Amino acid sequence: MNPLWLLFILPLLSAAVIHFALKQKFASIAAILGTVSTGVTLVLAILWLNGSFTVPANFDWINVGDFNPEIGMLGDKLAKGMMIVVCGIGFLVHVFSLGYMKTDESKARYFGNLSLFMFSMTGIVLASNFVMMFIFWELVGLSSYLLIGHWYQKASAAEAAKKAFLSNRIGDFGFLIGILMVSIMAGSFAFGEMNGAEFISFGPWLAGAAVLLVFCGAIGKSAQLPLHIWLPDAMEGPTPVSALIHAATMVAAGVYMMARFFFSIGGEELAILKDIPMVQVIAWIGAITSLVAALMATQQNDIKKILAYSTLSQLGYMVMAVGLLAPDAGMFHLYTHAWFKALLFLGSGAVIYACHHEQDIWKMGGLLKKMPITAITFIIGTLALTAVPFTSGFYSKEGILHAAHDKPGLFWIAVFVAMLTTFYMFRLIFVAFLGDPKHKHAEDAKEVSPIMWAPLALLAIMALASPFLVQLIPARESFTPDTAFHFNDVTYASIGAFLVGIALAFLLYKGKESDPLANNKVMRVFANKFYIDEFYAGIVKWFQDILAAIVHFLDEFLINGMLVGGFTRLAQGTGNIFRKYAQSGNLQHYAFLSGAGILIVIYLTVFAG
Amino acid sequence: MLLALILIPILAAVGIYFGAPARLTALGAAVANIVVAIIAIMANSVFSVEVMSSLEINLSLGFAKDGISIVMLLLAVIVTFAAVFSGSAPEGREKLWFSSILLISAGAIGAFISRDLFFFFAFHELALIPTFLMIGMLGRGDRKEVAWKTTIYLAFGSMVLLVGLLMVVNDIGSFSMDALRPIAAEQQNTVALLLIIGFGTLVSLFPFHSWAAPAYASAPAPVAMLHAGVLKKFGLYGLIVVGYKVAPDGMAHWLPLLLVLLLCNIIWVGLITINQKRVDLMLGNSSVMHMGYIFLAIAALVDNGSSFAMQAAVLLMFAHGISIAMSFCLADRIEAKTGSLELNQLGGLAKAAPTLAFLFGLVGMASIGLPGLANFAGEIMVFFSGFEGWEPADGLGAVQIATIIAIWGVVISAVYMLRAFRHIFQGDTSSRTEDATDLGVCEKIPAILLAVILLVVGIYPNSILQFLP
Repeated sequence: MNPLWLLFILPLLSAAVIHFALKQKFASIAAILGTVSTGVTLVLAILWLNGSFTVPANFDWINVGDFNPEIGMLGDKLAKGMMIVVCGIGFLVHVFSLGYMKTDESKARYFGNLSLFMFSMTGIVLASNFVMMFIFWELVGLSSYLLIGHWYQKASAAEAAKKAFLSNRIGDFGFLIGILMVSIMAGSFAFGEMNGAEFISFGPWLAGAAVLLVFCGAIGKSAQLPLHIWLPDAMEGPTPVSALIHAATMVAAGVYMMARFFFSIGGEELAILKDIPMVQVIAWIGAITSLVAALMATQQNDIKKILAYSTLSQLGYMVMAVGLLAPDAGMFHLYTHAWFKALLFLGSGAVIYACHHEQDIWKMGGLLKKMPITAITFIIGTLALTAVPFTSGFYSKEGILHAAHDKPGLFWIAVFVAMLTTFYMFRLIFVAFLGDPKHKHAEDAKEVSPIMWAPLALLAIMALASPFLVQLIPARESFTPDTAFHFNDVTYASIGAFLVGIALAFLLYKGKESDPLANNKVMRVFANKFYIDEFYAGIVKWFQDILAAIVHFLDEFLINGMLVGGFTRLAQGTGNIFRKYAQSGNLQHYAFLSGAGILIVIYLTVFAG
Repeated sequence: MLLALILIPILAAVGIYFGAPARLTALGAAVANIVVAIIAIMANSVFSVEVMSSLEINLSLGFAKDGISIVMLLLAVIVTFAAVFSGSAPEGREKLWFSSILLISAGAIGAFISRDLFFFFAFHELALIPTFLMIGMLGRGDRKEVAWKTTIYLAFGSMVLLVGLLMVVNDIGSFSMDALRPIAAEQQNTVALLLIIGFGTLVSLFPFHSWAAPAYASAPAPVAMLHAGVLKKFGLYGLIVVGYKVAPDGMAHWLPLLLVLLLCNIIWVGLITINQKRVDLMLGNSSVMHMGYIFLAIAALVDNGSSFAMQAAVLLMFAHGISIAMSFCLADRIEAKTGSLELNQLGGLAKAAPTLAFLFGLVGMASIGLPGLANFAGEIMVFFSGFEGWEPADGLGAVQIATIIAIWGVVISAVYMLRAFRHIFQGDTSSRTEDATDLGVCEKIPAILLAVILLVVGIYPNSILQFLP
């Protein structure tokens, strides 16, 4: 057997053993099993980078008629690099969870579902065709659902899990239609066999529609507008889950999928896609998502919510890069973002853990002194996120800004978002980590144990070093990141945005005890997430209560009432016919008679009995 | 061999009537039938005996080359076994309870392995009688009215069907199902319409669907399992092995009508399902809704002669049969544990009954088409078959548009299933759920058996598809 299959088998086996054999009784073994299996897959992924393995042959999942989806692996740099991200962060999150979930009463279920997630995510990354990717796409949706709803007794967690699953389903509706269209228009759903020339030959409109429908999958999974609402709520899950699934890997799967699709259909130069003007819609959805989410982030007070909106915003950047036909730039940002955002989330987890599950930044403060390792690594993550020169985020954001450079609208949105990012992140730093403790919990906070801060330290190193580990970057073989420092207007804009953002945050939030903007009307709109959730809730309520009730009414009274009434009359009518033909000896009539006989028997048994 | 498949349950039912230990006999018959079915399938048995020479009616049993009967037979014996274990017979009514289960099973098996139109039809009727009786005598709620309504509907469907079948026999001149061929062109449209309405009513095709949900909600669990899981598939089976064979052009003629009706099944009934407040009614409606997907596969078959639509339909019939049987089995247990199936009276049950929650969650996920479980394999094949004949240069055809609308159903089913799971198992416990107990060993057996089958077929669909060349 090819050892690469272990990438699938180990996490699946781990999930099965934990769920069915170990259970909560052997929770500690379960935790170690999950962590070790992820560690082994990480080693395999690293060995694979050096070319130690060749990709195994595909095998049939279904093979009927002309429908032959296979289970197979792709072994290009895009896939290998992404495996490093998934397994690397997956492993560190497992280690962190050993501390964070130590006393959880459903620890085994947690680690079992985490293994299920690792299995599913591996499938998305390595999938050799769209059907296989869709299979694992749905399975990560399931593991995300299970992990968001880990504390299912809490109504808010149960609702958040449901919301995440349903939002993704809506995206998958378009995704599946897109896959169906592409598989016919490009002649195949296998990534290696798509024919871009044939695909575009049906005209830019139909091709554009197919591309946008496929993109619907990314809108759901990567939480782009208008389906972004689930991601902030997903923070109901345990914080390490937020780091792994809802920041670093799964939510970025939409970007990965689009990059995979674009390279498959467009070839090395993406030439085909340049003839499809509708691709620009993708860039705009990304840009608007990044802007709206960054605005929302400026007025959140929950430390995880701030990071969640920041993730939305950064995903918007990546999607914009994809829409600008620079998927390499998007993937590079995905890669750097994965490390530093996982760092920030795990850091917030450490803070929450130390502050007795307090998540409100206005009840923190002074944490730099109380928990210096967490705080310093958190600040390193923040510097990378805010694209300070010589951090990883700087290089990858430069790539995206360059891609947008000749589109002034997108470019200035991106620069403005960079300013907002710096603003809300340093708001968080000033309020939660600097100043004086604002609450007893923050007063009592202590540095977390090494099993929790060691992953933070490693992630902090990656937040600085990742762009220089060129071999790890999930992108085309030909891609090398530009890690030189240039003096051009993109760099000036980027640094200018940082300076304005940090200055505003300093002026407004340094040493403050409460948010000075809290009563501002515009800010309240941001704080309330532009009331989009309320708007959707209204629609859903209208839809469910009114439309469904109307349908129910029609069904009950029109169809049921009138048709059943009609049938009863019909039955009486046929009864008369039977009498007429009863003696005729014709087979048809005998058969009818037997039907009537059944009716009579039933009637007598049920009603006369 | 094949005759034994029918005789074992019938004789067991007779034995139970004359005082054999009901539960044990039924269980023995169910197990025996699984064994015999496997042997018969492996030996590819045939059986034939002349019954009425003047009309050339033969009791001939066997498996056609298309292999659909094999899959349906497997479905029938598996669900029968699970049904024997499910529900709890009311004190003193064990005889009626278990002999009805066996008679329904015998009828369903007979219908699926008959190679003769007369017995094909007659065995189905045979199975309906104990179904009605069980609803009428041992059902829940408004059982007499429900039983009567179901009887009227299904008798109507059977009669329309019978007219259609007799027209077919008249034209072909034989009852033998091996002799089926396209009938005279001028008759095809009429026959196709009769068969679509006749078979359709039995499968709860819109607008002849409103009997189904109340019937399943009222029926004792094993009856709901056997009818929704197995017997209902008779109509779909008939449309494929009879309707499409004798009137392909007629079916094509009525394709637009069929598409509209099946979309009503998926979308209209889907919305009704969302509106349900009780678990059993929700499951019953969801079963009606999912029939739409199988009709969609049939429509694709008719439309473009798709190379895998038939396999898609049969795989989904099997998957749905197993999953809906498991759903009704577990819903019955929820009621047994908590005394209620009202969504707003339940909550947090996962804490007290984690196994029940796991199994219900698993079957819920199966029914909303989660990969790795059997239903997904069927559904994705159905959707691809709808697009198989697509010519992008001509724009979207009717079947493609129907497929696209049908895919919205995967959102609808996720809405109602996750909501049900949320209200039954998650959130705060209610007075009904806090002291509930988890499934006992005997209660687990049928559900775990069905769950394993859903998983095996979902991961390795060829386990079923191998029978369908």
